[in-house]
Amino acid sequence: MSKILMKGNEAIAEAAIRSGCRLYFAYPITPQSELIEYMAKMMPKVNGTFIQAESEVAAINMVYGAAGSGKRVMTSSSSPGISLKMEGISYIAGAELPCVIVNVQRGGPGLGDIQPAQGDYFQATKGGGHGDYRLIVLAPSSVQEFADMASEAFDLADKYRNPVMILADGMLGQMMEPVEFKPAKTDAELQELANQHLSWCICPNADGDKKHHHEINSLELDPQVLEKHVLDLYKKYAEIEKNEARYETYNVSDDNEVLCVAWGTASRVVKSAINEVMKEGKSVGLIRPIRVWPYPYDAIKQAIGKNVKKVYVFELNSGQMVEDVKIAVEGKVPVDFWGKLGGVVFTPAEIKEKLETCF
Amino acid sequence: MTTEMICAGFGGQGVLTIGKFIAQAAMQEGKNVSWLPSYGPEMRGGTANVSTVVSTEPIASPIVSFPDVLVALNQPSIDKFAHSIRPGGVLIYNTNMCPRGCQREDIIQIAVPMNEIASEIGSMIVLNMLATGIIIGKTNIIKYETLEGNLTSFLKEKNPDLLAKNLAAIQRGIEIGKQYA
Amino acid sequence: MEIIAKRPEALTKEPFHYCPGCMHGVAHRLIAEAIDENGLINEIAGVAPVGCGVFAYKYFNFDMAEAAHGRAPAVATGIKRARPDMHVFTYQGDGDLAAIGTAEIVHAANRGEKISVFFINNAIYGMTGGQMAPTTLPNMKTTTSPYGRNVEDIGYPIRVCELLSTLVAPYYIERVSLLTSADIIKAKKAVEKAIRYNKENRGFTFVEFISTCPTNWGYEPEKARQWAKENMLPFFKPGVFRDKGEGVE
Ligand SMILES: Cc1ncc(C[n+]2csc(CCOP(=O)(O)OP(=O)(O)O)c2C)c(N)n1
Ligand code: SF4
Ligand SMILES: [Mg+2]
Repeated sequence: MSKILMKGNEAIAEAAIRSGCRLYFAYPITPQSELIEYMAKMMPKVNGTFIQAESEVAAINMVYGAAGSGKRVMTSSSSPGISLKMEGISYIAGAELPCVIVNVQRGGPGLGDIQPAQGDYFQATKGGGHGDYRLIVLAPSSVQEFADMASEAFDLADKYRNPVMILADGMLGQMMEPVEFKPAKTDAELQELANQHLSWCICPNADGDKKHHHEINSLELDPQVLEKHVLDLYKKYAEIEKNEARYETYNVSDDNEVLCVAWGTASRVVKSAINEVMKEGKSVGLIRPIRVWPYPYDAIKQAIGKNVKKVYVFELNSGQMVEDVKIAVEGKVPVDFWGKLGGVVFTPAEIKEKLETCF
Repeated sequence: MTTEMICAGFGGQGVLTIGKFIAQAAMQEGKNVSWLPSYGPEMRGGTANVSTVVSTEPIASPIVSFPDVLVALNQPSIDKFAHSIRPGGVLIYNTNMCPRGCQREDIIQIAVPMNEIASEIGSMIVLNMLATGIIIGKTNIIKYETLEGNLTSFLKEKNPDLLAKNLAAIQRGIEIGKQYA
Repeated sequence: MEIIAKRPEALTKEPFHYCPGCMHGVAHRLIAEAIDENGLINEIAGVAPVGCGVFAYKYFNFDMAEAAHGRAPAVATGIKRARPDMHVFTYQGDGDLAAIGTAEIVHAANRGEKISVFFINNAIYGMTGGQMAPTTLPNMKTTTSPYGRNVEDIGYPIRVCELLSTLVAPYYIERVSLLTSADIIKAKKAVEKAIRYNKENRGFTFVEFISTCPTNWGYEPEKARQWAKENMLPFFKPGVFRDKGEGVE
């Protein structure tokens, strides 16, 4: 397959369809509207279902129903709409349903603006909805990766019966870059996907089978039983933490005097800045968490070689992931943070200036 | 080798398309590319701009702070971006819409009455393709043939007349650009 | 010289950001004039929506709150209950009021909140770039109904005045059009009545304006008005659905 120049919002939609997503429910919001518009156009062509819901609350509950029916289902929104989905996400996590949620983040809090931001890190990785639960959170930094994460997200969701969020931002949604798509799932593969959850999902009784009774539910009034349920969830989360952390290293070596940590869009700007300071003979490395939950604590710990004097975290928020970096660093070296807010994206020159103060 | 470019003008002048056609062709020629538009209500009647990066290396940041090439189709675009052009970089601008021009002497200025030339060719719609031609003539960032192929497959059936005008505008632009190459 | 188009005191000097031919500006002006005429400027507050009318909080020259998408009637309820001696209205588009905010509008109306609601029906999501609205007409193409609104799949447009008229509590419900100058004169009377009833704390008052969105419909303003006359008015018929002040139940 050759490369196609495409917006991130459209690429993730196309990739989701190729990954077997045939149900999509969402409500328009900038800067993710191209995603819903692409689904409106393409879902009918693959006999899929597209519904523009009356609200994000309705959309996520449509997802709850479809995921409870064992089908690959997705919704998408941007920050204010994701806040509305949080109730439903908590129910989905509690009922252990697989689904994919895309957040094309914009500046907040409140109505904020529509420019790229990373202010929803806490919401995505530390809760957002109520109760003890975890979302698997993938953080793309290019249009290609955004698209690739569609099938990854569905596979993870199915494997762990857990909601998976793709945490992008307005820049990744609006930007065009070349993408190469994986081949679309074949009919046989789609059939296999449709059957994988029959042991627990809402589905008709198969011919000759004993009548089944499946419950899609997060209610449990007996505290002992609920406690056990949550403990079981946390066993699952421990498994996910053990197996599923992913990160990229950029220029990481024993020579590094500064180690940067950045994710998503911010990491691209940091890479440009590192390229520049390297020309001045300064050694700076970057760890980019590709998934922000589970978080690659060990990778960061190991990357602090003998020479690292400082860990520098750059985010498009007021300092959220930096808290995880501090957990990883365990106080061994100072951790500094610099960010831009309100949808303002820092430039390579600004990051370079910050890095130069470290030498 | 990396070329960073900003194209800016009024919404509706087709600046986003300039970047898109160049990124598209460069991608087909095996380069890495990124195309990052301004977006939001400001585009309604307001100004629009797009950052396009073409490189033989993987592209780190798609955000262009110091363009090698600025294409400005109106004066506000010069006022906003011309100061950030890299010394020795190129400013291509439309004299019909930029009465004050640009005072910098450390850059190459290609001042072209684009409205006039576009209406000579027969339609204001081709103004952005004229600008694209100038970029190609000056920088060789993409091959004319790649762009011609793309436009042809896009427009040949739908609007052969517009195709001919667009190609004429690109060729005219290339001639102009070459004088500065 | 007679000054015909004096800017109402109830509007600030902030210039409107609306597209040419958009009717949000007309509706703002009608509301502002009615507030001036009723001498309410010192005791009125408004709630702006999320939609193209989002900056209404800058345009009205008295205290304004900006609500989350669809929640204006709940915010207005809070203000009115906290300050019963003030007069409160919301200003909302069709996506804001009849999609995400359906629960809030129905329940504010059902409680008979003593507020006014001004509802701009342009059959589309203007602000976000032309997606389908709950009021988008059958077969109408939008960016999220690219093959035309399929009523079998997504239902018919919602007639909000008719829907609210099934409730007992609302005091006044009228649908008007902003498509011609004669229509605007009628609309002005409706707005004036809603504000007057509001001033007298009579109950829940609601005015729907049939409008256009030239930008997202892809028509010149005149063509858009024509299209709306031919297509919107037959489906959304103007009229008084409830007026307890005049015995229309
Ligand atoms: C929770 C939430 N979801 C979605 C949006 C995006 N949004 C902004 S305005 C709007 C629709 C506006 O349409 P309408 O109410 O009809 O107003 P118009 O612009 O047509 O006047 C949407 C969906 C948002 N701001 N918040
Ligand atoms: S987009 Fe439509 S509703 Fe919004 S200001 Fe423009 S014409 Fe008015
Ligand atoms: Mg509307």
